[in-house]
Amino acid sequence: MVGAAAHADEDKYVGRRMLRVEDQTLLRGRGKFMDDLPVAKGTLHAAFLRSPHPHARIVSIDVSEALKQKGVKAVVTGEDIRPYTKPLIVGFENPMDYRGIALNKVRYVGEPVAVVCATDRYRAEDALKYIRVEYEPLAAIVDPVAACADDAPVLHDEVGSNRVSRRVFTHGEPEAAFAASDRQTEITIRYPRNSITPMETYGIVAEYQPDTGGYDVTSNFQGPFSVHAVMAIALKVPGAKLRHRSPPNSGGSFGAKLTMFPYIVVLSVCARLAGRPVKWIEDRLEHLSSSSVAPNRVTRIRAAYDADGTINALRMEHFDDHGAYLRAPMPAPIYRMHGLSTNCYRIPNVEVINNICMTNKCPTGAVRGFGGPQLYFAIERVIAQVAKDLGRDPLDLMRQNLIQADQFPYRAPAGALIDSGNYQQVVADTVDQGGLEELKARRDAARAEGRLYGIGYAMAVEPSQSNMGYISTLKTKEEREKAGPKDGAVASCTISVDPLGSVSVVGDSTPQGQGHQTTLAQIVADELGVPFEMVTVNLETDTQKDNWSIAAGNYSCRFSPASTSAAKTAAERVRRKMALIASRFMNVPPEDLLFKDGWIAAQSNPENRMEFRRVGGLAHWSPSSLPEGMDPGIREVAYWNAPELTPTTAKDEINTSLAYGFAFDFCGVEVDRDTGELRIDRYVTAHDCGTILNPGLAEGQIRGSFASALGASLYEEFVYKSDGTFLSGTFADYLIATAHEAIDPVMVDTVATPSPFTRLGAKGIAEGNQYTTPVCLANAVADAIGRQDITVPLTPAKVFEWVNGEEEPAPQAAAEDEAEDLIDYSGDALRGQGSTFVPASAEQVWQTLMDPAEMAAIIPGCKSLDKQADDHFTGVVSMGVGPVKGTFEADIRLENLKKPRSADITGSLIGALGTSRGRGRVTLVEGEGGVTVSYEYSIHLSGTVASVGGRLLSGAARALVNQFFRALVRRAAPEAKSEGGGLMRRLRARLGGKK
Amino acid sequence: MKILKDGSKTQVSFTLNGTEVDGYAEPRTLLSDFLRHEIGASGTHVACEHGVCGACTVVVDGKAVRSCLMLAAQAEGKEIRTIEGLAASDDSFNKLQDAFHKRFALQCGFCTPGILMTLSSLQDSGRRYTEPEIREALSGNICRCTGYREIVDAALDVLGDRVVA
Amino acid sequence: MKPAPFDLCIAETVEDVTGALASHGETARVIAGGQSLMAMLNMRLTEPDLLIDISRIPGLDRITVDQTGVTVGATVRQAELAAHAEAREAVPLLAEALSHVGHIQTRNRGTVCGSLAHADPSAELPLMLVLLGGSVTLASAQGRRTVAAEDFLTGTLTTSRRPDEMIVSAHFPRPPAGAKTAFREIARRHGDFAIVSLACIAQGRNLRLAVGGVADAPVAVDLADVSAETLPAQLNALAWRLRGYDDIHATARYRREMIRRLGLDMIMEAMA
Ligand SMILES: Cc1cc2nc3c(=O)[nH]c(=O)nc-3n(C[C@@H](O)[C@H](O)[C@H](O)COP(=O)(O)OP(=O)(O)OC[C@H]3O[C@@H](n4cnc5c(N)ncnc54)[C@H](O)[C@@H]3O)c2cc1C
Ligand code: FES
Ligand code: FES
Repeated sequence: MVGAAAHADEDKYVGRRMLRVEDQTLLRGRGKFMDDLPVAKGTLHAAFLRSPHPHARIVSIDVSEALKQKGVKAVVTGEDIRPYTKPLIVGFENPMDYRGIALNKVRYVGEPVAVVCATDRYRAEDALKYIRVEYEPLAAIVDPVAACADDAPVLHDEVGSNRVSRRVFTHGEPEAAFAASDRQTEITIRYPRNSITPMETYGIVAEYQPDTGGYDVTSNFQGPFSVHAVMAIALKVPGAKLRHRSPPNSGGSFGAKLTMFPYIVVLSVCARLAGRPVKWIEDRLEHLSSSSVAPNRVTRIRAAYDADGTINALRMEHFDDHGAYLRAPMPAPIYRMHGLSTNCYRIPNVEVINNICMTNKCPTGAVRGFGGPQLYFAIERVIAQVAKDLGRDPLDLMRQNLIQADQFPYRAPAGALIDSGNYQQVVADTVDQGGLEELKARRDAARAEGRLYGIGYAMAVEPSQSNMGYISTLKTKEEREKAGPKDGAVASCTISVDPLGSVSVVGDSTPQGQGHQTTLAQIVADELGVPFEMVTVNLETDTQKDNWSIAAGNYSCRFSPASTSAAKTAAERVRRKMALIASRFMNVPPEDLLFKDGWIAAQSNPENRMEFRRVGGLAHWSPSSLPEGMDPGIREVAYWNAPELTPTTAKDEINTSLAYGFAFDFCGVEVDRDTGELRIDRYVTAHDCGTILNPGLAEGQIRGSFASALGASLYEEFVYKSDGTFLSGTFADYLIATAHEAIDPVMVDTVATPSPFTRLGAKGIAEGNQYTTPVCLANAVADAIGRQDITVPLTPAKVFEWVNGEEEPAPQAAAEDEAEDLIDYSGDALRGQGSTFVPASAEQVWQTLMDPAEMAAIIPGCKSLDKQADDHFTGVVSMGVGPVKGTFEADIRLENLKKPRSADITGSLIGALGTSRGRGRVTLVEGEGGVTVSYEYSIHLSGTVASVGGRLLSGAARALVNQFFRALVRRAAPEAKSEGGGLMRRLRARLGGKK
Repeated sequence: MKILKDGSKTQVSFTLNGTEVDGYAEPRTLLSDFLRHEIGASGTHVACEHGVCGACTVVVDGKAVRSCLMLAAQAEGKEIRTIEGLAASDDSFNKLQDAFHKRFALQCGFCTPGILMTLSSLQDSGRRYTEPEIREALSGNICRCTGYREIVDAALDVLGDRVVA
Repeated sequence: MKPAPFDLCIAETVEDVTGALASHGETARVIAGGQSLMAMLNMRLTEPDLLIDISRIPGLDRITVDQTGVTVGATVRQAELAAHAEAREAVPLLAEALSHVGHIQTRNRGTVCGSLAHADPSAELPLMLVLLGGSVTLASAQGRRTVAAEDFLTGTLTTSRRPDEMIVSAHFPRPPAGAKTAFREIARRHGDFAIVSLACIAQGRNLRLAVGGVADAPVAVDLADVSAETLPAQLNALAWRLRGYDDIHATARYRREMIRRLGLDMIMEAMA
């Protein structure tokens, strides 16, 4: 358990396991989440038309039919948005024009192309299929390294390259250190795309106010509110004219609800054009394909070290993949971690090369861990590899290079000022309480039996409260000088005491379930000596009425270090004021007054006391009783900032965060050779996050972080095919661990070294396992199976192939059948080949195939087929398998006609369910009693069908091919008896099952 | 045989937490939308609308079901229970709510109504459950915040076959 | 994610259904438990003009257990079959397989016959029907017919049900007396559609083995004279015949490997 070591002061609420005040509302189903708020009568509901293509030019958009649909009040495209907006800016100058909706090109599957605003959501969705968009598909690129090649298709013509930024950083003397070191080890890691997909999706209600020319928006945006400025600039209004409010409750975010701001801009303009408020609740398919993901990354990392294990330098080149657009504050994650490029180790020299790459995938955003999982995966993997190369125990090597307890505050070479810690103690406690020796014995026993068992370790410095200036590290020194300094991180809090003496707290932390109301009440109640219940905390925000700063919001573990400091500061001010008032009545100096149990009493004479509420009341009811010059009422605002958060230095060093915790994990994992499944035998995790404010909440953050990190390690990935097709479109594809899969980590009770830089000594706690768990498990698997190249998620099929050699070949007899009906959706396209025997002459079959009327009867679901030219047909097909059906416009061209031998076919199908483009070849070979019709094709599928139906697509294709050939036989050889049954029947016949 | 026509709304009535309620729904209106936006019982949440996450779980005729995979019209005449009906008549928490509160078994609370309704349908059986049984019973409910340990402990406090530390 | 518009027919008799199916054909859809169909409707993967709700038709909710096996009416929910004591006793495999079908909430609404009608290649109930040599009974305005499992399940989401037919019941025969049975599956998470599911009936050295999730529909094979020596080659041949497919959760090779490895494990256990 966490926090037992940091003994709570009996008299204080802080440090105690106070039950959450939030629960009273939430457990009754009385929460007010975005979709629960009442909206004005006449509010319209938005639905988005989204790109089925990973990359295409928009030739035209015709919304006229959609506008005629029942309930539709407006249909808005990128061109409609353009006059009311400016591009959404990012942290450095670049010519990308991004406004939250496609302008003349689409660059990823799921990108908004048009918005229907209708009287309800059902009708808005109804109209989507009536919007006609003509696209000219372009080649797509999904790999960040390949995207940097000269011949890669370029996403943003105005930028000219997919590598939108490249910076080389040298801290210390890495070159010399590499030259002087005995040995070097290099690995390449690939960190996948994932996110923590909060249960509540984005929700926005936007209204335009023609009377003021401003916008009024309510949304579950999470901050940082620096982005408010980005929105206001984009909407071309002064900041005060963009009123943003947040609802009382938010159903999780984990970073995701930062990059919803482009939607706020789009919907604001929609509301303006529609002349009514517009509401949009993102649905899960939209969320998975096009909200926010962590950047995937490829890192080449090299360590230089001596034979004794001293690591002298690191060199790493990152290819950070941000998808199709940069949205502020992207590419922040990689820069947020910059100061910590050497993690918890005393490595004096480091070279870092950051490539920021654009690819045809969903744009990135914040995800819990924010750049840490990617960085630490590289560092902790290379350290494990160094240990292996040296034949050393990994933990031993890690310990040898750890920052020492007496070195804090420790200035890391890339600039982090690591405030405090005792890493050795954490490691010792963890080894001890987690039973490392026993685990090693289990490993040895398992290995003796020939089982695959490994132990993994991982350490991480956990940064909290970001320096608002770190993103400027992306710029060169000269650019920074031109732009002026950026630094700090302000938190604000307002505390009032009302005429009856109860206390209200308003903060700027926009929580999503972390229990901030509870914690702030603990802090303020302690400071003012009032019962916990007397403090009411309201964390809804309103940018027109509340205090906020650019740093406001909930991200990068900001709350524990900063928001609490602001609350404590504001509460102190309230206390000071009340002490002055009370001192006047009680005739004692204010320093003598003690605030306790709802009373203000003189320490020198406890009998001399006044009730807290009376003193509070006086400030309202009797201004004349107040000390001279004192303002009436009690409402204190504190803006708190940390002076340690200085701007990037001329040498590109940056103290990226304020307070730095520490996490250490180890685990034992067994790999099942037969199934590739992992069994996590034990997982041990330890965190020193400074002062624990509420152990119940702290444990919840650790466990929650662990569960999502476990998901990232074993299940979660946004998968794209190399042609840009998106495959993880549903919660049945993007898998999240449930209570059945989640395991419980052993939580270690260890030191809590308070931060000297935060008011309560607290540091962040919510992200630690994001950093350690994926690489800890990867290290364990590497140890178990003796493999260097480990990628997460560790899916059974992948792990199986790592531990097993070549597949057993097919027996001789079976090999012959293989030519038949092969359909494969493993590469970039759906590819098929096969053949069918038709008891008719080649001439007959050819005639059937070339006759549009015949083809209309053969193509499954063909409604019409018109001959545009001898070799060009267009038509409409309603196609699908089982209940899944879509209507598509078909465009088919025949080429290389060699009557009656062979023909090439190219074509496309376009419909609401998606689009496909393909090419194929049909060959006829005459034989005894008929012709063998052979075919081969490859089809690129895109859009809904591919993203939600991946599991069934090859089977569905086979079903359609079967239908086609059965119909062909019927038409070309009407006399022939139908064989019936198709592939399955033939398959079973071959297998000797019942006929 | 009754045919409800597309585009026209018909009356749907059922018992919600012991009280008769009614409202108007199109044939295609989802029960989840009907509860939330027509009846105003917004405690039931929606997080995927394709049956995977369990956030929308309600109890229909004593059985936990997904309200996003049911049409409002199919609820006609049924007996439905939702999160709003859990607390006692004096507004105090029932045992499950209380256990969730004491165990820190919720954070954002978005998944919580679905989880409570799933567990509350188990509670009706009067059986006691082992931890693996509880975990299996919750395999259709996703929580993104908690890591589940606290939820499982809270469930075991009320439904479990043993006392949990 | 909201369904496209449709008319909704609340059927009271089988004739209501067959009548509506006859007049609407492909544009009508039966809705039973809705646990597959509703998700597809919400995603607009399917846009029928008419939805026919069969859940209120009296008489279709019966589970009958007799000498031959278990007969399940069209509105019997998966949870009801799983909890049915006599059915569990007659065909224990059914309850075992059902515990892998989705979750409490989906089993409380999803029907047994709906799963068969849906014909997902990875689904457990079609696998059971094929393994046990069961059948479904279909009704149309023209009358009724009973179709053997293997003729019914023709491919991915495709069956030999004609558009004017509904399933009224399914029959799962008892395994032969004295036979041993076993079931195994591998899925990414509990309740997910299986990557590969396997079931077998062993009688001495005769074996009936069914495999789901590899070909486009579950496939059963009868193997005679099976032994620890012959099995690996037999399973390898079967694996290559069924071939498998790649998807986001597993590769074709992995599917074949599971036939070899899980299959061997399961069969050895059943035959032990
Ligand atoms: C989260 C989740 C997980 C799942 N996991 C699994 C799993 O692991 N294994 C598994 O097998 N299934 C799984 N399923 C699907 C299963 O729950 C469904 O119950 C089943 O596939 C369909 O049954 P249903 O009664 O719900 O049918 P519906 O959804 O109502 O209908 C499905 C199809 O069958 C047709 N149909 C239904 N009944 C009839 C009838 N009597 N006559 C003619 N046509 C009919 C419908 O028209 C429709 O096309 C899962 C579902 C969900 C939501
Ligand atoms: S919203 Fe119904 S299961 Fe997710
Ligand atoms: S408490 Fe937030 S999703 Fe469960």
